[in-house]
Amino acid sequence: MSDYRVLPGPEHFLPPAAASMGICLPNPGEAHINGVIAPEEKAYEEAARQFLMAKVPTIFPGPLVLWAWNEKAAKKATAVRHLFNTLVECVQPGQKPMLIPMPDYRPKYPKINPEVEINPNHPNLTIWHNRIDCCMFIGVHCHQANLSLKIIRGGTSCYTIAMCAQAGHEDAMLSFRDASVEKIMKLADTVKRLKGTVQPRLASAKNGVSS
Amino acid sequence: MSKERIQISEDLYDIMPSDYQDLVKSATYGKEDRGWKDIGTSKELIEQHSLCAGCPESMAFRYILASLPNPEDTVMVGSTGCTSLVFPMVAVHNIHSLFGNQNAIASGLKRALSVRFPGRVKDVVVLAGDGATVDIGLDMTLQAWFRQEKFTTICFDNELYANTGGQESGLMQKGFVAKMAPVGKLFDKVRLPEIARESGCHYVVNCTVSKPSLVEKVIRNAVHIAREIGPTYLQLYTPCILEIGKNSMEGLQEMRDSEKPTERFAYKEYVSEPAKQLLAELAAKDKERKAAAKQLAGQASA
Repeated sequence: MSDYRVLPGPEHFLPPAAASMGICLPNPGEAHINGVIAPEEKAYEEAARQFLMAKVPTIFPGPLVLWAWNEKAAKKATAVRHLFNTLVECVQPGQKPMLIPMPDYRPKYPKINPEVEINPNHPNLTIWHNRIDCCMFIGVHCHQANLSLKIIRGGTSCYTIAMCAQAGHEDAMLSFRDASVEKIMKLADTVKRLKGTVQPRLASAKNGVSS
Repeated sequence: MSKERIQISEDLYDIMPSDYQDLVKSATYGKEDRGWKDIGTSKELIEQHSLCAGCPESMAFRYILASLPNPEDTVMVGSTGCTSLVFPMVAVHNIHSLFGNQNAIASGLKRALSVRFPGRVKDVVVLAGDGATVDIGLDMTLQAWFRQEKFTTICFDNELYANTGGQESGLMQKGFVAKMAPVGKLFDKVRLPEIARESGCHYVVNCTVSKPSLVEKVIRNAVHIAREIGPTYLQLYTPCILEIGKNSMEGLQEMRDSEKPTERFAYKEYVSEPAKQLLAELAAKDKERKAAAKQLAGQASA
């Protein structure tokens, strides 16, 4: 097993792909935390803890849930909204959960509006602007998520979670696989269950800004 | 993709940026007689772009996107140049090709779409600058025409390489001195419209984009003919006001000056015999449709 750990950055301008450092994707029923394969149950706890600790816990829904391609996508969108509402209910004063869409993958010129959207080609702009210190990607096509996760790890100190509908992401600090409505709802339930048990890192947050 | 499929998930509607909400609410996808007159009353298929203030290319983009007969089932193929800065802000499927490869990409794309969607009309429109069409990509441009590939090629002719600082291009006029071509062009402007006609294009137009109604007409003709018969080519003058030393508000006048009867962008049109027949059929159908609509409106008001 690799000694390399996928940790919040800023790692450096061009961080190595975690896969090239020996990080493996989880098997069905598993997840990975910082590059170490872990049971999925443990990942729910850790993801919920990271959300509850963060100053600006944020969900980035991508095109696969933003657009109602089919009934399943619409249900996932409902679950994402439920998770966000749960976060809003469970955080303490001073924490500011956000729900920011990634509607398009094309690089936008001259620039995106980081207050209302995130773009995979320069995700750091949205993270810096909103001082996001923990985020979750959902409904983003894998190749764009990989690109984004690597840029975020390279240039920010944001903790990244991938709720992937396929095989997971090595470049996230925590990755689920085979995402479904049930898994999103279970994460929301875990957040609710851990409410009040986790101390937010309000004073010590690095605010997602590179040092 | 059809208009019915592009709905935003209800639970995440409020977080979508307003330009996407507007596209779903009031863009003219699926409208039968869409055209430049929709500009101002519906959501345009182009969002804020990064072209220079007053750039005629931005006018051309707006008119073309308003006039495409079937935008929800159209794929545009672009190439390197000022246009490539605009495509990320365009709400029509598009592919950015390697510099000059656009007609080769479009050939494969058109064939693949015909196989994948046999019962459905899928239009392919190439939109590139003069560098990509006439210099770097001339081989791909001509070969696509020789093969009678069924798509439209639009060349935004600004007569030089604009976004790299003003180098000489094949479509530059003879004697013109540009910032990066200080000696002046030594040979004539390449006569691509004539070459297009000889290479098998069924509809060729050389004009400026000063008149939106004209742009609408030639775009619709070109797309319909390409869909049914074979390759079509439009050469549209979109002067680079920066590189020819004009101000932002002078682009329109520059085009008007260049389209006078003796000038190089005087309106020229070539239509092949089969294309003429098709256009006549389309005009007849359109007339019939309008008469029926008028009759229906008359019955409703009676």
